[in-house]
Amino acid sequence: MLKNLFSRFRGAEPEEQPRPPELPIPGPPEAPPTGPETPEPGPAETPPSVPEPTPEPIPVEIPPPTALAADPPAEDPAPAKGGWFSRLKAGLARSTAKLTDSVTGLFTKRKLDDAALEELEETLIAADLGVAASRRIVEGFRRTRFGKEVSDEEVKATLAEEIAAILAPVAQPMTLDTARAPHVVLVVGVNGTGKTTTIAKLGKQYRDQGLKAGFVAGDTFRAAAVEQLQVWADRTGARFFPPAKPGADAAGLAFDALTTAKQEGLDVLLVDTAGRLHNKSALMEELRKVIRVIRRVDETAPHSVLLVLDATTGQNAVQQVKVFKEMVDVTGLAVTKLDGSAKGGIVVALAQDFGLPVHVVGVGEKAEDLRPFEARDFARGLLGLD
Amino acid sequence: MFEALSSKLNGVFDRLRRRGALSEADVTEALREVRVALLEADVALPVVRDLVNKVRERAVGQEVLRSVSPAQQVIKVVNDALVEALGGGASDDGKRGIDLNAPAPVPILMVGLQGSGKTTTSGKIALRLRTREKKKVLLASLDVHRPAAQLQLQTLAQQAEVTSLPIVPGQTPIQIAARAMDVARRELYDVVVLDTAGRLAIDEALMEEVAQVKLATNPHETLLVVDAMTGQDAVNTAKAFHEKVGVTGIVMTRIDGDARGGAALSMRAVTGAPIKLLGAGEKLDALEDFHPDRIASRILGMGDIVSLVEKAAATIDQDEAEKLAARMQKGQFTLEDYASQLKQIGKMGSLQGILGMLPGVGKIKQQLNDANLDTSILKRQAAIISSMTPRERRAPDLIKASRKKRIAAGSGTSVQEVNKLLKQFDDMSAMMKRMNKLGQKGLMRGGLAALLPGAGNRRPF
Repeated sequence: MLKNLFSRFRGAEPEEQPRPPELPIPGPPEAPPTGPETPEPGPAETPPSVPEPTPEPIPVEIPPPTALAADPPAEDPAPAKGGWFSRLKAGLARSTAKLTDSVTGLFTKRKLDDAALEELEETLIAADLGVAASRRIVEGFRRTRFGKEVSDEEVKATLAEEIAAILAPVAQPMTLDTARAPHVVLVVGVNGTGKTTTIAKLGKQYRDQGLKAGFVAGDTFRAAAVEQLQVWADRTGARFFPPAKPGADAAGLAFDALTTAKQEGLDVLLVDTAGRLHNKSALMEELRKVIRVIRRVDETAPHSVLLVLDATTGQNAVQQVKVFKEMVDVTGLAVTKLDGSAKGGIVVALAQDFGLPVHVVGVGEKAEDLRPFEARDFARGLLGLD
Repeated sequence: MFEALSSKLNGVFDRLRRRGALSEADVTEALREVRVALLEADVALPVVRDLVNKVRERAVGQEVLRSVSPAQQVIKVVNDALVEALGGGASDDGKRGIDLNAPAPVPILMVGLQGSGKTTTSGKIALRLRTREKKKVLLASLDVHRPAAQLQLQTLAQQAEVTSLPIVPGQTPIQIAARAMDVARRELYDVVVLDTAGRLAIDEALMEEVAQVKLATNPHETLLVVDAMTGQDAVNTAKAFHEKVGVTGIVMTRIDGDARGGAALSMRAVTGAPIKLLGAGEKLDALEDFHPDRIASRILGMGDIVSLVEKAAATIDQDEAEKLAARMQKGQFTLEDYASQLKQIGKMGSLQGILGMLPGVGKIKQQLNDANLDTSILKRQAAIISSMTPRERRAPDLIKASRKKRIAAGSGTSVQEVNKLLKQFDDMSAMMKRMNKLGQKGLMRGGLAALLPGAGNRRPF
């Protein structure tokens, strides 16, 4: 059985990762190698493939400048000055182009008739909004504007309003209760959505806020998943809890980590888990076990269960959220890879179906590109409005 | 992955079946449902339109045959269109899997978005080429962006028992690619799998980088790795990668999930590149060939019998099965045989999975899931049998109250469960005796109905 566990190989979960600037590749335009706030870029020169084997035992000792420099993405906040909205807009530019073009083409000089409404519905479906969400929006149009001559601007503005109205209730940031000492965040999701990267970004943000953060490398299955998180712990200066050996029990690891974290008085403990398809009941059961076991240390834990969703995911996201919610009582969502050509329109359908808070969205590869979710900006950005 | 879509289409055609003749309005209604189902299955909009139009043209122009119902005819037309769209049918050249028909070392370039499963797929391909094609494979990771990505591929190479290119920190992807090809030429490798970093299709700098790698290595196969859960964006991704690096094949990963996988249809339509392989699990050997006809049949709820038979053939021990059959024929079926049968069923995976491959079961799949079929019952029954003495297994009649108590305690079950097993075994033995009495011919004539108690006397004809 144990041998089986060892030989069993987990599906790889290549995740979205910030690129360290020291690598000699033509960097993306938004990542200039130097930034005004970098006092010492030295630590950033550590190659990512050589992880520091010894984790920092007491995270508080790391001075903030080092932590800043250690995380390359933090070095240049300048391009982010335009705010997350402009970044999101830039990221969505291509995807919205398609949506906007077809909406524009549809309505510039047209009467809003059945055919037009049907085309509008299809357009929304093509943006991954889902059939149900698209229908609801189109029905809103039918009630108020059927048979009228409508302009492009009108359609877009109303569409944005409709979408924002659906999204507004779910736009809630994740609040940490540091009195929990630590606030335990369990990060779950299917393979390859960006769990480890999201933990790294969150950890960096918490460290910058002066909180003591810890990473638990709960993905004991996938090859080199532990090393991946280790590199991030070294870069952000978070306390790192690795498994004793590959394939070790994630629940046991989480138990030990939480016990230690309590003794050391950490503020927040981010627990990584192996990616798992939601229809594999054995793996989902394993996740429940992690929760059961950490409750022996702290009955209220985990205080947050963050489900990480990939924005490129289509309608299957609904099923993912449904099953993860049932099995591990997800408290909020993180939507990653919104800077690609995928629209993430599925968020609208999820908001309608589940009403789960969307805590953060990933619109880029830097730590600060993990942003709070803003309903109105998202909706207007999706339609190419300012 | 296509179960949900099949149940949708089944709903449509059920309604059609209930009507006598098929009017044009019926076809239109069915096609509207087909369209919504395909859209919900993440098939891209333009692809859906094409498919629906194709089906309408063919369905309307066709004469209604007397021998088949109109619904069956529509199903056939939709099925053919799906098969064609997935790369099968008349245009199918029958080629499957990776094309290695080039001078060694054959470079294979893996590209795709972040988190689509490139690295795992690289490991799976390496294992497959080593074991099935007896090739000497070199794995090289060009992913210098994600922490520990190169280490991940190295670990996978060890598991697949192939060589991975030694990691040299600080090299650029192009340098690594050149080094990999150099090593492969000098050490006479047959195949080099180049695993690249995940990249967004709109990230021009990184897309340029992968184009450079392609130029430098001239790969014989450029495989786009795509997650089966991908939504409408599959079209954009496929288009962008195809324009920039020229995709020769598509690998769909995570089809073991419950995503409807419409992305397969979309990407095939956009790139024209064939879907070559399917990633169907977390283990390294979970890589399957893509069969358009099978997948299309599954979409239509016709079941995937071929896959079921193949799965059974791969997992069930042939000798054991023959021995068992011989004993069953002689009426010597014992609890020991039953236990070994349980073990073999367990090896084939979950009951839901097996049932899902049967024709028509797609429809009741939801009910099956709701019923929450307890597969652990197989394990418990095996445990009960293990707790019996060899003598008890051969002659279950021995087992009375106190033996039952002992067996229940030994297997961690209850006396009721022991009773249930014994009763079940009794029924099975009775059925087998009746089967023997009927003989092979009788069985053919009477069918399964003749076996069932109470129904045995009602023989057809």
